[in-house]
Amino acid sequence: MRPALDDVSVDIEKGEFVFLVGASGSGKSTFLRLVLREEKPTSGNVWVGGKDLTRLSSWKVPTLRRQIGCVFQDFRLLPNRTVAGNVAFALEVIGTAEKEIESIIPNVLELVGLEGKEDRYPNEISGGEQQRVAIARAFVNKPAVLIADEPTGNLDPETSIGIMKLLDRINKIGTTVVMATHDVAIVDQMRKRVIEIDGGKVVRDQSRGVYGMGAS
Amino acid sequence: MRFRYLLREVMTGLRRNITLTLAVMITVAVSLSLFGSSLLVRAQVQEMKDFWYDKVEVSIFLCGDISDSPTCAGGAISEEEKTQINADLEALKPLVETIYFETQTEALSRFKEQFKNSPLAETATIDQMPESFRVKLSDPTQYAVIAAAFAGRPGIEDVVDQRQALDRLFRALAGLQTLALVIAGVMLLVTALLISNTMRVAAFSRRRETSIMRLVGASNFSIQLPFIMEAAVAALFGTTFATGALVFGKIYLIDQNLATTFTFTTFIGWDAVISVIPWMLLAGLGLAVVAAGLTLQRYLKV
Repeated sequence: MRPALDDVSVDIEKGEFVFLVGASGSGKSTFLRLVLREEKPTSGNVWVGGKDLTRLSSWKVPTLRRQIGCVFQDFRLLPNRTVAGNVAFALEVIGTAEKEIESIIPNVLELVGLEGKEDRYPNEISGGEQQRVAIARAFVNKPAVLIADEPTGNLDPETSIGIMKLLDRINKIGTTVVMATHDVAIVDQMRKRVIEIDGGKVVRDQSRGVYGMGAS
Repeated sequence: MRFRYLLREVMTGLRRNITLTLAVMITVAVSLSLFGSSLLVRAQVQEMKDFWYDKVEVSIFLCGDISDSPTCAGGAISEEEKTQINADLEALKPLVETIYFETQTEALSRFKEQFKNSPLAETATIDQMPESFRVKLSDPTQYAVIAAAFAGRPGIEDVVDQRQALDRLFRALAGLQTLALVIAGVMLLVTALLISNTMRVAAFSRRRETSIMRLVGASNFSIQLPFIMEAAVAALFGTTFATGALVFGKIYLIDQNLATTFTFTTFIGWDAVISVIPWMLLAGLGLAVVAAGLTLQRYLKV
């Protein structure tokens, strides 16, 4: 059986913006799962924020995940909570005081461009807005790293550009962003570092790259 | 904040799972009622032992004119033999604590007192009553020593240990207690399985929330706590019902029924009931928390 990732060696510096590209099943998601310590490598090491995840004891995993924000293609919002409630959820469950939550939420909603929508429910807003809520929730802890797994996969091109601008702004604030994507137009337009994975191996690592070298 | 958040989570969870929650409450209530009852039966046996063992005696019945046992072939016991038995009993001190000689007259009046509601009392005559030595032992379990020394001796019709008659009763009660404990054990096992399944359903119905909690770095403890609290709250309700059942039983079964009918013995007081409650709480909550915790280990992995 072929491993999902094989002999992969990648360095991502603090504050970088990296696209992870490759066909479905190439190993992009496994890469992200390794960073989140949802998966452990059978051999080798994974370093995140100066810590070796292969030696991290499982009770420290929550602490690690507080330093990593996550955004997904399917948004993963709670339908029975409002926009503000969804963002607050991330703080409530790690024990943040209510007063602090109340002061943080408006700022972060403003950052993602959702001011005035805090009392809406997920089914009352557009897909792009839902993804902004998800980004707000991922970013509300001020994580060092933001992981995005095809965040524009369910969005039309125009909305996608808005989301990319938001991610770019978050990156400029100092957050490392690692984004797995299939979106050729976005990768080509952003001209960021591109790591291409194919069959579990890194086949290209290029700064200011495009989606495919002539292939697409 | 944390507390209000927790309370809301627990209440929503209980409501969402109302049928399973009710099932957990009922099984906890039934199994703990049985568990508590068996503890109370044990307390009752202890109570009766304390009450009766102080009063039980070994009776050495002597041959009278109408005795027909083989050791009474020589007819009624002679005065010399009685003196000899008394001396032999004296020699057994300190095991023998007190010796009391009951005459036929005393035996008759005691008989009449015991059977005062029966026609037997009317027809009994003094020559039917045996004379006896009533012996109180410092250690009631050492009955065999007396039996060995006196049973089968000419002039002695029978040696009777009241304690043996009591012990038969106590054994029956102990059997009852064991039965209740076994049924309670089986019920508690069923309860544990039910709680485990309830947790599985609860974890599944809230997998969206818990997966987000994992991603944003909530600790295992804070992810599992609402679920465990849910099981604990259901178990607490069940335990409350079980406690109510015991209190009800104490008032209606013991105080108003048994205690008024069987006045010759004492029954457990409220102190016994109260001392059982902590064990029921411990069993109910402990079971819920352990069963829930073990299940969640499997279904809410980091």
